[in-house]
Parts: sequence; C-alpha cells; structure tokens
Amino acid sequence: MSDKKTLFINGKEVEFTNEPNLLEVIKKAGFSVPTLCYRPDLTQFGACRLCVVEIDGRGIQSSCTMPPEAGLRVKTNTMRVRRIRKTVLELLLANHNRECTTCEKSGNCDLQKYANEYGITDLKYIQRKEMLPIDDSNPSIVRDPNKCILCGACVRACSEFQGHSVLGFANRGSKTQVQPFAGRELSSVDCVYCGQCQAVCPTGALTIKSEIDKVWDMVNDEKVKTLVQIAPSVRVALGEAFGLKPGDNVIGLLNTALKQIGFDLVFDTNFSADLTIMEEAQEFLGRLKEGKNLPLFTSCCPAWIRYMETQHPDMLNHLSTCKSPQGMLSPVLKELVPQYFEGFTKDNIKVISIMPCTAKKAEAARQELKDETDVVLTTYEIAKMIKSAGIDLSELEPSEGDSPFEQYSGAATIFGASGGVAEAALRTAYYMVTNEPLKDVDIVQMRGVDKNSRQKDVEVDVKGTKVKVRIVSTLKEAEKTLQQLKNGETDFHILEVMACPGGCINGGGQLRSCDDISIKEKRANGLYKEDRELPHRMSYENPEIKKLYDEFLKEPNSHKAHELLHTHYSDKFKNSYKDLV
Amino acid sequence: MAIIDINKEKENIKAAIKAQGLRVLVCSGTGCIANGASNVIKKFEELGANVGNLTNHDKMTVIPTGCHGFCEKGVLVVIPDLDVTYTNVKESDVEEIIESHIKSGKPVERLLYVDPKTKKHVFKNEEIDFYAKQTRTSLEHCGRINAESLEDALNVGAYEGLHKVLMKNDPDWVINEIEASGLRGRGGGGFPTGRKWKFAAANKGGKSYVICNGDEGDPGAFMDRSLMEGDPHRLLEGMAIAGFAIGSDEAYIYIRAEYPLAIKRLRRAIADAEAAGFLGKNIMNSDFNFTIHIKEGAGAFVCGEETALIASIEGERGMPRPKPPFPANQGLFGRPTIINNVETLANVPSIIIKGASWFSSFGTETSKGTKTFALTGEVNNTGLIEVPMGTTLREIVFDIGGGIRNGKKFKAVQIGGPSGGCLTEEHLDLPMDYDNLIKAGAMVGSGGLVVMNEDTCIVEVARFFMNFTQHESCGKCVPCREGTKNMLKILEKIVKGQGEMSDLDKLEELALAVKDGSLCGLGKTAPNPVLSTLKYFRDEYIAHIRDKKCPAGVCKAMKTIVINEEKCKGCTKCARNCPVGAIVGEVKQAHHIDQNKCIKCGNCVNACPFKAIEQK
Repeated sequence: MSDKKTLFINGKEVEFTNEPNLLEVIKKAGFSVPTLCYRPDLTQFGACRLCVVEIDGRGIQSSCTMPPEAGLRVKTNTMRVRRIRKTVLELLLANHNRECTTCEKSGNCDLQKYANEYGITDLKYIQRKEMLPIDDSNPSIVRDPNKCILCGACVRACSEFQGHSVLGFANRGSKTQVQPFAGRELSSVDCVYCGQCQAVCPTGALTIKSEIDKVWDMVNDEKVKTLVQIAPSVRVALGEAFGLKPGDNVIGLLNTALKQIGFDLVFDTNFSADLTIMEEAQEFLGRLKEGKNLPLFTSCCPAWIRYMETQHPDMLNHLSTCKSPQGMLSPVLKELVPQYFEGFTKDNIKVISIMPCTAKKAEAARQELKDETDVVLTTYEIAKMIKSAGIDLSELEPSEGDSPFEQYSGAATIFGASGGVAEAALRTAYYMVTNEPLKDVDIVQMRGVDKNSRQKDVEVDVKGTKVKVRIVSTLKEAEKTLQQLKNGETDFHILEVMACPGGCINGGGQLRSCDDISIKEKRANGLYKEDRELPHRMSYENPEIKKLYDEFLKEPNSHKAHELLHTHYSDKFKNSYKDLV
Repeated sequence: MAIIDINKEKENIKAAIKAQGLRVLVCSGTGCIANGASNVIKKFEELGANVGNLTNHDKMTVIPTGCHGFCEKGVLVVIPDLDVTYTNVKESDVEEIIESHIKSGKPVERLLYVDPKTKKHVFKNEEIDFYAKQTRTSLEHCGRINAESLEDALNVGAYEGLHKVLMKNDPDWVINEIEASGLRGRGGGGFPTGRKWKFAAANKGGKSYVICNGDEGDPGAFMDRSLMEGDPHRLLEGMAIAGFAIGSDEAYIYIRAEYPLAIKRLRRAIADAEAAGFLGKNIMNSDFNFTIHIKEGAGAFVCGEETALIASIEGERGMPRPKPPFPANQGLFGRPTIINNVETLANVPSIIIKGASWFSSFGTETSKGTKTFALTGEVNNTGLIEVPMGTTLREIVFDIGGGIRNGKKFKAVQIGGPSGGCLTEEHLDLPMDYDNLIKAGAMVGSGGLVVMNEDTCIVEVARFFMNFTQHESCGKCVPCREGTKNMLKILEKIVKGQGEMSDLDKLEELALAVKDGSLCGLGKTAPNPVLSTLKYFRDEYIAHIRDKKCPAGVCKAMKTIVINEEKCKGCTKCARNCPVGAIVGEVKQAHHIDQNKCIKCGNCVNACPFKAIEQK
C-alpha cells in the first residue's frame, strides 16, 4: 500500500511514503544535508549533529533520526543550523590529527569534504596535542585513533552486521574512545577482518592496510613474474572509481589496465570459482550419500572461516574442505603456469589477487595456504594503483585475460553476490546427480542483497530429493542459524555464508557503498546480467575447467585435487572473546 | 475473588504498633548514620531493655527511620508521644535522655534546638523554624516511620491509594486524576505526568514497562535518596498505580549503586510487599499483577537521562538515544515505557487518596503541588526540605535555611545542579516554579539548591560544574563531548588568570551551540551554569580577565599573600606553618614571603596572631 503524504522542505512540497527518516526525504527532494554518522544500512545514531534541520514548532532536530510526518515544515540551511554544523566541524577538526595531505583517506574523507564545503579555514578551539599510537597489528585494517571522530559507525557495523562487537566505546567525556575489546590491539581480538568497520568510517581512523607499494616493487622487478587474478565482484564495482556506474562490468578494461601497469599474466578468479563448484558439489554429494557432516557450510568467505575457528570450533566438520576460489587458483597457477608459459618458474612467480575483501589478506597469510597467494589487493587499492599509473580505466579498450585460466561460466560470476555460491553449486550438483542440465537455471529465490534478504531458505528438487539450502549474509545472521542448528530447531543441507551484508559486491575492500543502499543491488544486477549473457552458465561446461580435469586433476575430489584444492581448519577458540568471558 | 478490605487489615497493625509502647524515632538517613546514628540506636536498645518504669508507657521501642531532613543537626531523635525533637544527639547523650526525660519527665535542654532569633529552646518539631515553613507531602512519613517495616507504612496509609484504584478498576480515571492534579515531572524536565501516562496507555496491548528513575546524580542533591530510604513503600505504591494506569505488569527502579542503603531498604520493601500481596501476582486479590525489579546503575551521571537509562537497563552502554521515538511509544526493549522520577511517583498515592484538587491547591498556576529541595552550601540549616511550588528563594534561604552562615552576605544559589543555573539577589523574591526558573535561565532540575556566599568565586563555580558535565558527558554527540571540553578549557584559562577578553565571546558562542545542538538533555543544559553566570556576573568574569583579580579571593593564581612588615612582630609562627618553606625572616624581625615558592594555601594568614598577613 502506498500511503502518500507530503511535507515541506525549504518551502517545497515533497511527497513521502515509507522513507525511514527525514534525511531520506530531504535527499529525495533534491536537497542535501551533511552527515558523518548516518549510514542507511545501520541503526540511526544521531551523534554527529551535522544533519540537524530546523522544523517549525519542533526546533532543532537531527534529520537522520526524525521520522517524516505529514505537514512538517523543514528548513535545512537556517543560520541556527549552519551555526551548529560549523561549530561541530570546528570542534571535530580541532581534535583531529589533520595530516590531510598524507592521509590514506585524503580525497575520500567526509570530514575533509565538509570542512571545505563549510569554508573552515581557521580553528579557534584547542588543537589536539596528545597522539595515541596507531594500531597496525591487524593483517587487514589499520586503526588511527587520532583521526577518529567517534561517529560510532564502525561500532554499529561490527555489532549489527557481524554481531561481534570487536569494537566498542570506552571511557567518558572527551576521553571517550572507540577501542577494540578490552583495549587490546586489533590483532588480539576476535576480529574476522571483514573490513566493514573501515568501509563505513567517514575519516582516516580505520583504513585498509595498503600493499600497493609491495606490488609496484614486484611489477618493476625484472626478475619477478607477476600473475594476477581478479575476483568476481571486483568487475562490477571498480568502474565507479572512474566515473562509471555501479554494476558496469569492467573486466575487459581491467585486463587492459593491468597489462599496461606491467603485470605479466592476467587470470580470472572466476575460473577457479567454477573449479570450486566442481569440488564442492562433488563433496556435497559425497556427504549427502554418507549422511555425514551435514549441513555443509560453504568455505569461500574468509571472515566466516575465521568466525567458525574462533567461535564455533566444535562445528568445523561442517565446513567444506574446499579452499576459496582465491585459495584454489594460486597453487594451480604456481604449479601449471611454468608448464604453459616460457620463462616462468615456480620460484620467480608471484601471485597477486584483486579482491573485494580485506579478510582475503588474512586468508593469504594462513599457515595452511602459505606461499600460494603472495599479495592481496582490494578493489579500493587497485583503483588507487591504476590512477597512480596515470590510467583512466574508462578510456581503455577492453581485452581478454590469459588462457587457460581465464574463462568462466555464469555460475562463477554470481559468486560475488549473496546466494550466488549456492545457486552455482546447485546448478552443477543437479547435473552430477541427474546427468541432465537444470532447466530453470535462474534460482531467483536465492537472490537478493538488501537488508531483508539476509536470510533466505530455498528448496530445490533434485529428481525427487529435496535439497534444502539456507543462505545468510552477515555473521549476525549466521550466528542465529548456528544456534538454531545447535538447538535442533532447523534442518537443511547446505549453508551458504557471506560475512558482508549482501555478499562480496558489498565487501569490506570494495569502493565506497555506505551512503546508498541501492549500490549493492546495482552491482549484484551487473553480475546476474553477465551470468545471463555468458555462453556457459554451468561450471561443468567451462571448457578450461574440462581441460584442467582432463589433463591434470583427473576428477573432482581426486588425490591431486585434494592436494592442491582442499584445506583444513583449526580450533582457535583459545584466547578468543568467548574463552575469556 | 473479592479485593481485600484494607481497613480490616489495618486494625491488627494498629494494635501491634500500640504494643510497641513509647516509640523513639532515630533518624537513620545516610547523613545521620555518618554522624553515628547506628551507635545511638544501639545505645537506646541496650539501655531501653531494662529501663524499668516509664512515664505513661510500659516499654519503649527504638525505630530507625529515614531522613528527617534537618541534616545540619543530626543525629536527630524524635519522640512523638513526648512531643520532642532532640538535635545533635550522640551515643553519650542517650542515657541522659532516657533517665531524665523518658523516665523522669525532665527534658534535656542542651539537646534541644535553639531558635537563632529568640535564643529560646524549641521543643516541638513543627515549631523549629526549619520545619515550620515547610509543607511536607511526599515526605510526610519520611522520618516518622520505620523505613524497614511494612506494618509501619501500612499504619500510616500505605497501599490505600492502590487499593482505591483496584476497587475503582478504571485506568482512565487514574490517568485523568493525575492529569487534573497538574503533577509535572520532578526529575527536571517538568513534563506533565498525566499526559506522559496517556501517551503510553494509548499503545494498548502487549508488554509495557514502568521505570522509576532513581539515578540521582546532581552534586549536592539527595531528595530521591532520602525518599527511597525513608518511605520506600510510597514509591512502590506510586509505581504500581502507574502500572495499573498504563496496563503494565513489570517495572524497574534504576538506582545508583552508590545508594546502598536505599537499595537495601527497597529490596526489603519489595520482598515484604510481595509477601503480603501488595505487589506480585493478583495484588490484593485483584487481577492486577505487578513485579518490580531493581537495577543498580554503575555511576554514570548520564544514565539519569531517560533514554540512556533505558540503554543501561538493556545492558548497553549508557548512551542517550535520539527522541523521537519517545519512550512512551518505544522505550525499554522497544516497548511502551513510562519513566518517572522518584519524587513524581511518590506524589501519586496522595493524589489518588486525597484527590487532584487537594494536590493542585498547592503551588502556582502552572506548577502544582510541592517540591523537595536538598538545601546545601553556606546556609545555616542545611537539609532536605519540601515547600509548595512558588515559594520564594528568600523564604527557603532565610526562613527555612536560617540565613547565611557566619553572618556572611548572600551571593547566589545554584539550582538544578549542573543542568541548572545561578540565581542572584535579584531573584530572591521570585516565586520558584518550572516556568519562572526557565525564564531566569535556571531550572528546577531535580531540586539541588546550593547556597553561595560572598566568598564564592562565580567563575570557579562555573568551572566546577563544567568540569563535572565534561567528565560525565557520554561522549556520543560532538557538541557535548568536544564543546564542553573547550568551554572547560576556557574557564580554566580564566581562573588561572590567563583569560583574554575574546574568550568571553568564544565561551558564549560555544555555550549557545552546545545548548542548541546537543543530542540529549545533559548536553542541552550543560551550558546553563556558564550562560547564567555570564548573564548575572559578567563583571566578575571581566575582573578575572582584565584586572587579573578574583573579587572573591578564591582563585589562587590571582592571589598574592604578603606580610605587612609594620604589623609583623617576627614571632615566626607563619614560617612554622608554611608547608613549603616560603616564609623567611629572623626572630623578632619582619618576615617576608618568597612569591616563587608560595602555593597560596593561606595557612600563614590563619596562623598569624597579629593579622599582619594580607591576601591581595
């Protein structure tokens, strides 16, 4: 039911329906108010006081927390609100480590942007003197408390997405700080490295641990051969850094850019997503037959793996032993590229992966996967690298990657959205069981990346066997499911988990998507569009996959496959949060 | 089942109370306990066990009560049957009271209150000037009953209001009665209580909550503590009536962990009331169920703010949440919730029993009823008082409070704690109610009233309160967290004698932005002490800044202590009393002070027998 009502913004009558707050109505009306703490996917906090507006009869209200009401007369730029905003900005800037020119977030920082917009050139308040140590102990994220404005977005992201509260507020008054649990370093808490905290951070207080320089060194070292692999969801987000729209597929342009930068060979993680499906579908059918270790938990998401190892080590047997697509491709490349390409040896190859994900950096550093993936760059970092190489992605001619590890099916590309792994797996599992292709390839019930689609239950009929699939995104939802399983309240065969809300298209290493909830959907649509347009939509149809099995692996879950493509997990409960409390 | 007949129950109680014989009420409020009330009680019990024949009584019973209010004169002992109030009672006085007065009918004069004006001994409680000008309604039984006895409370009418409400069985009637009484929130905001209940009651169906806000945190305020310690059943009854009115069956009392005695007595009261069927399931045989929990706060001042309080009960960090949504629609655990202050709820039973018009006969046009204040500072009679709304400051400070200590001059009062403001001599005849105080730049607040004399530096007072709010800011919103920090820094600069005239504009500008822009009541009111002192005592700020002088002689940085060499006899007493060895000089010769070493403690000034040392 659309129940249309109106209110007035700066004298303009505006219709509203189910907008959650006045700020969204203001945006819809074409006006804008500044905000630092408002993130539409998180609960409204009302802390920064920048989005204040003046409402007739109601005085000053923060528009992010004010429910729209019919007849309200709202003014967004009165002297009173501008004075509050300016004072807030001056106060924040005075307490901020203003090393803007050398700050990682320079150009992407909201505080910097508003300081400029509000013409703040002179600070009359006490300047921050005491500098707290920067915490770079975490493999994925760097925390600089001297740039924190206490908007609480990271605290909310950690708690509301991951149900985890690794970050929280400590102390009172002007001594208030955002700190990892119990004031520890970010490496000694149960951080799953998802990076959502930094994705919502408006300033340089939380940033991705950059490894761009390391990669430049490799690219420019003649003795080193650089191999690069690109994750599914990178292609539908990267273009945004170059003026393209969310969802525009730039894989061809990216291939060209990477070659121009000087990477020797460009491969596609989508290829190994197909490989993952072959292995995981086989593994699932094996478990189904034996009735063991069900439900099967997907294992592509490193934040989810870390969560299981630290919080639920008693359920590790449910995890698929398949490495993630990144984890599969790197050893395959190191093993086979020397066979296919001249001048490449196991010793001179470095594999660089481009991921939407900060946790992939930690995954690459796992003992079990040692020396396989050498560096992980996030979408955010590769965009910076391309820009610093003086390349405008949008001006390039597309090109293809390097055979034989670059072709992929539609099933592989949808890995980037919540539900995609399960959909891809079922397409292949169906074939493996029935020897016939699935008729309705598009399992649309598995799709959806918005707030209301964080848990999806889908049943697929595989020739009389009902295969029940639970798809969750965010670890908060995953935890609910795990508790239900432990209490015997639910029952299904496959659990797909992606830690980031909506999946990798909204990963912690992606370009900024925290201001607009529609970006997730647009990126996901970009993937589903490619899926529809590709010649092959099933992993088993990928000719390069067939070739790999024929020539090297023999068959899914073979001895060789296990050696290269499967892994194991370990109990990391000790010293975890739960262990301590 | 029919609802019980409360009058019948009371008959047994009356007999039991009568059997106690002579009742000796010993104040056991926190203040009197600190003054040795426990030992006084012990002594009374010890000696009372074998007192033998008493005047008109065959035995005596010692009753530990809640706060009598007149804390200045604690320990207080009241013997109603002998119509006497003893002040400053010590353990060693007990025997004399028993032997001389209780046994022989001869009052102990030296323990009676002496009226400062007539210099006469005052016998009766109500004739003591401190009490004579008060109207005690919510405090009517405070200090008159055993705070740990349900029977004592029932004897004076506890739960009769709830009984009446259950007999009428009409929630709307309750809400209308409260609304008609004009009762407004006593915790500071002054929101009409009946209207608040109406909002919550409108959300019919499903769970709702009643919360009593007992997180009294203003420096110098102890009204709620005294009420909870002195008459806990009155509060519980008020809560149950509120619960009945809005259709709630569960409630919380949020109380500071620093109030252990109040917590203990409330726990006891809840257990007793549940056991006797006045709380819990099927109260007094009705269908009404009402459970009360106690939630101890961990000491954050901001948890007195209702949404922070809710967050705290929910187990979250005590940080305020934006309103709307208001708690009446979406409060504790997302359910409709009314939050009322202790004193507000304590007024409810009397309104129900005596009627809305009785209540509204007290007070002013817009502020009905009476208000308790914690009267502290440089006033002769400090303590807990209750007066009708609209009473003037002059009546409170000079009649009830007995004027300024040591004959000094009145300068100002800080009303409403760190959220309130300063009132000056020009406000002495202002009828104090919600609206007049807001107009004057202050607020009733919870009712802390700190009286200051001419020796108080007003800039230092502003600095003190700003220091308090800055430390107690939850740190959530920018204006409060960063704004109060910067205001504090400016005030610190000024009291150190380093202020500049431009600081005053900066201070005022910041104060207005913090008031306007903050998320919750704490931040919105934190600038009040600064704004009101800037308004009424701007000269004093200017003296600090331009003349580098503290007119009250308080700010150390601007104080110089010198020895008048003509008056100095060289007795060396000053040098011996100086903690830092800053005073040098030969015996019998004039001394002088090394200003680089002097810490301006003033020890020498007090030590000098010849008044030769002067502060400038």
